[in-house]
Amino acid sequence: MRGNPEAHELVAPPTLADVLVRLADAPGTWTPIAGGTELMVVHAAGRLSAHKLISLCGLSELSFIRVDQESISIGGGVTFGQIRRHPIIASDFPLLATAAGWIGSIANQNRATLAGNIVNGSPAADAPPALLVYDAEIELISRRGSRCIAYNDFHLGYKQSVLEPDELVFALHLPRRFANHMQYLRKVGTRKAMAITKVALAATAIIEGGLVTEIRLAAASVADRPLRLAATEAAILDRTMSPHTMAAARRTLLNEVRPIDDIRSTALYRRHVAANLLDECLSELSRGLTGDLSA
Amino acid sequence: MSPNPPTRIVGTPQLRKEGVDKVLGRAKYVDDLEREGMWHGATVRSSIPRGRITAIHYGEQIDWGEFVIVSAADIPGKNHIQMISADQPCLVETQVNHCDEAILLIAHPDKRRLPGAVASIRIDYEPMTPVLSIEESETRQHIVWGEDNIFKQFHLEKGNVDAAWASAAHIVEGEYRTGAQEHLYIENNGVIAEYNDVSGITVWGSLQCPFYVHKSLMAVFDLPTEKVRVIQAETGGAFGGKEDYPSILASHAGLLAKKAGRPIKMVYDRMEDLAATTKRHPSRTRHRTAVDKDGKLLAMEIEIATDGGAYATLSSTVLSRATLHSTGPYVCPNIRITSRSWATNTVPSGAFRGFGAPQSIFAIERHMEQVARAVGLDSAEIRRRNFLHDGDTTATEQVMTEPVILDTLLGRALEISGYEAKRQRFAHDNPHSTIKRGMGIAAFFHGAGFTGSGERYLNSLAGIDVTCDDRVRVLVSSTEFGQGTNTILTQIAAEALRIAYDDVIMAPSDTSIVPNSGPTVASRTSMVVGRLIERSGHQLIAMLQESAGLAETYTTADFFASCERYRELQGKVESLCRYEAPPNIFWDDQKYRGEAYPTFAWAVYVAEVAVDMTTYSAEVTNFYTVQEVGRVLNPTLAAGQIEGGVAQGIGYALYEKVLLKNGHMFNNQMTNYIMPTAQDVPPIAVHFEEIPFQYGAYGAKGIGELPHDGPAPAILNAIQDATGESFAAIPLLPEDIFTRMAAIAFDEEPLTV
Amino acid sequence: MSATWSQIQLVINGHATNVEAPPMKRLLDVLREDLGLTGTKEGCGEGECGSCSVRMNGELVNSCLVPILQANGARIDTVEGLAIDAELHPLQKAFLECGGAQCGICTPGMLMAATHLLARNPHPSLDEIREGLAGNLCRCTGFVKIFDSVIAAAAMKGVARDAR
Repeated sequence: MRGNPEAHELVAPPTLADVLVRLADAPGTWTPIAGGTELMVVHAAGRLSAHKLISLCGLSELSFIRVDQESISIGGGVTFGQIRRHPIIASDFPLLATAAGWIGSIANQNRATLAGNIVNGSPAADAPPALLVYDAEIELISRRGSRCIAYNDFHLGYKQSVLEPDELVFALHLPRRFANHMQYLRKVGTRKAMAITKVALAATAIIEGGLVTEIRLAAASVADRPLRLAATEAAILDRTMSPHTMAAARRTLLNEVRPIDDIRSTALYRRHVAANLLDECLSELSRGLTGDLSA
Repeated sequence: MSPNPPTRIVGTPQLRKEGVDKVLGRAKYVDDLEREGMWHGATVRSSIPRGRITAIHYGEQIDWGEFVIVSAADIPGKNHIQMISADQPCLVETQVNHCDEAILLIAHPDKRRLPGAVASIRIDYEPMTPVLSIEESETRQHIVWGEDNIFKQFHLEKGNVDAAWASAAHIVEGEYRTGAQEHLYIENNGVIAEYNDVSGITVWGSLQCPFYVHKSLMAVFDLPTEKVRVIQAETGGAFGGKEDYPSILASHAGLLAKKAGRPIKMVYDRMEDLAATTKRHPSRTRHRTAVDKDGKLLAMEIEIATDGGAYATLSSTVLSRATLHSTGPYVCPNIRITSRSWATNTVPSGAFRGFGAPQSIFAIERHMEQVARAVGLDSAEIRRRNFLHDGDTTATEQVMTEPVILDTLLGRALEISGYEAKRQRFAHDNPHSTIKRGMGIAAFFHGAGFTGSGERYLNSLAGIDVTCDDRVRVLVSSTEFGQGTNTILTQIAAEALRIAYDDVIMAPSDTSIVPNSGPTVASRTSMVVGRLIERSGHQLIAMLQESAGLAETYTTADFFASCERYRELQGKVESLCRYEAPPNIFWDDQKYRGEAYPTFAWAVYVAEVAVDMTTYSAEVTNFYTVQEVGRVLNPTLAAGQIEGGVAQGIGYALYEKVLLKNGHMFNNQMTNYIMPTAQDVPPIAVHFEEIPFQYGAYGAKGIGELPHDGPAPAILNAIQDATGESFAAIPLLPEDIFTRMAAIAFDEEPLTV
Repeated sequence: MSATWSQIQLVINGHATNVEAPPMKRLLDVLREDLGLTGTKEGCGEGECGSCSVRMNGELVNSCLVPILQANGARIDTVEGLAIDAELHPLQKAFLECGGAQCGICTPGMLMAATHLLARNPHPSLDEIREGLAGNLCRCTGFVKIFDSVIAAAAMKGVARDAR
């Protein structure tokens, strides 16, 4: 343990409004900490540069899952343990439920929050690919009010996002329109549990009358941010799932992804395996299968 | 096979002696212990792999008056860690020879102030060109140790290798590499030390060998035997990683304790333990093998190189075992082995379960696959045709005077694994599936105990005593670190004395109380030390029968009553025995010939793998073990050793990689040094054949290291079976499989865009 | 700069306690240092090994990653609370009889993970046991006898008392 707890201030205002006031009064001063599964690791390594932390843990205003006819709203403070266990998420958004079970271990899932996973901004994060292929909207809140944007527009670069210094992630809204979509999610890690993603692919799609009428593809660890594969989607949309389409889609993906070499894997491996995952996904699509796979 | 003599306690699954405390969470490991007035210590380490220190700058923002600082100048005795050689300094004076080498020690009452203080110290160096691999060391462009960078070398000849090539039907060559491996005991290294001028130094530590530490401390502090006391605390895993390293840590804590005049606790965090402590020796082994048309081995020429890191530590003995296991469990009339351990500017390598055998056995068992293919025989048959049998001689001309049942083990392993049926099924299914499955075999042995005259040199002493409150205590310096020492030795004592298992306890692992029964290494504890306890028990009974009226048959009450009578006469009730070598063990250390080991454990392992061609990941789906380790003293503990060793072997083969940059391990966190989780280990079948070894306790041989020898080659043999591709280096990661497969299919699509 | 310390209320193994600690002090360190409960261990400090596992308000967490301020008012269960008086918890009994503990350092965390699993799933399949324990690393056993221990404990009576 290389961090010194006495070198850090941690406050836990009782309400969301109190937290937002603090963030607004001194933007950039207070670093939000939710479950601690990222920041406490940095603290243990002696590298926590944030000296003023503000706890979001247990804020009831962030800790909700609201279901209505059209959508599910998941508060930013909801843990992945809660996401996994929610019956509507499991039935309507199985890729998100599955991804929730891949985050660290059960002990980590009981603490790690949806907002934390997103805001930490790792391109390897487990939840973002599922959120992207579910067309999620992200609601950001500050003392100034709230705003909703497409989650696809949230990440701007490596650990950079549109989040303002006085803002928090309030909720993710997922439209309940994917029940009949083919769904695919596969994560490739260093081992079956407690693995940071080397590459992952998520997909939702519909084939009608032999044509792909909807396709959404997203990948982790192939760019500086979680990536919606727009060019690859374009190579598939409105086409039949023929070998020609699949080959063209593969070539497009190989060009669209821009992975790197890092401590866990290589750019070459990631690129190639991402393409293999796409092949696997499109084969299932063409066979009319639904379902997700584990690593 | 002779049946086991009947026993009441030995051979039964007695409960772990210290198990209740462990499941209650009451067992006290070093970091659970406190001493009054204790401060905490930390280490300042080098950031370059080779060079000279020119200046040390202490951070200005730190109030150094609150700290105690120790450097090499504070060492009262010798600035070296006494192991086989005395080349490793306790603290750097000016010459740095590896990254993360200890330079300064600091202590403070508040442990949370230490990391900041360590980080604030800036050291200036005059860098020198480091040697960072075996190949670089071999060029001798830079000499970083001794005259020629070689810690140790061996040369072994049997028969006439050079003449054999001409008559060979096939000559097969291969090169095999193994990487460093980290022990990853879940409890990091830790020690508490106390020093005073009157009684000397006392340390409590997470350690395997109290008397190794004792000897080292005598040299560093220039103290006589009776002024050094080493006590083993409950130890959370070791695997060889706490055989020699604790001598360094104990010296460090002791130096701070002496200067501070108060007890010092030093417990590493995971990042430090990973970066700075010993690892398994990386290896490179080259084989050149001549076989006749029937696949019988005619000649083996083997060249072995290990990477010993910056200091000699145990490289010579690791190399010895690697050398002696390199020919596998096979008969070969003509053998030449040249082996060398090389110095590099990396963290010194050390002991790790198997101790050179996993490296060599990986090479020979992978190589036999290539020999099989060259000859056109299958994996089982090539082995069958070359197995050692009773009366055959090994590479060192040791005659197999004990039964060698490799055929039985192989047959059993093939049967329990469903080998033939599965291979047929896989051959049928693989072409149509993205998952390629395969089966692989490894046949191997592990020499039990120390090599050659090692045990004679150790001259171990061990025994039992009886306390006033009717407890028998086992007196050994052999330690418990999960493998079952406490349970096995108390079972043996209870058996020999014909009393209950619960009547026997372990004396504390304290050098001021117990005799030196040798280090807890080399799979010797059951066989050698257990035998001393067995003999001590019989000896005590004889003593009581002769002088204290104990009858031929007796109850437990009779036994303790007799002990009391004996105590009145003699003052204490104690029975010790010294090691006696089995007869006909002659070892020539110069020619490397003779009885290398008193006996061998034998095994055949079968791995079943699935290689996913979408992700290039290999996974072990089932694992089967059949072994002969003499008498099984406790079936639960014995199976536990096999299962744990196999899991580590799977990690060694497919998951565990030490990544170095300029000689520093930069994946020094558990999130980046990957060991298998509960979801990664396959089902592991464990079967024992028992052939009692006459000179081991109740027939036992060594067991602890054997299971780490077999998994890696069995797994890579299975991957070759599954994919047709032969991989010769471990760890074998998906990226490595991908690189090979993509090279084959490179014309499909460009890899770069 | 130094933080002012916080007053923290805890219920540890059923007993109400309070401590004063810097708010960013780890729950693990409060348990071990302030409360002398050394059964919970530190193996990695990064939430990877699970040897620091405890149950916080019934949920399994890695105590090395919980700042103590966030545990204020929480119910904490550690290995010290499993046995009742002299009687071992069925899981402890099973670990002892089946050989689930070798060096013992991972055992407290394993026991907490296993109690958490059995509280939610009294008769888990082997796959469910593997998943339930996937966050707890053991270097000694290869996990085999740990699985055996959990299966044996599930078959014993008295396990259901931990379901909360």
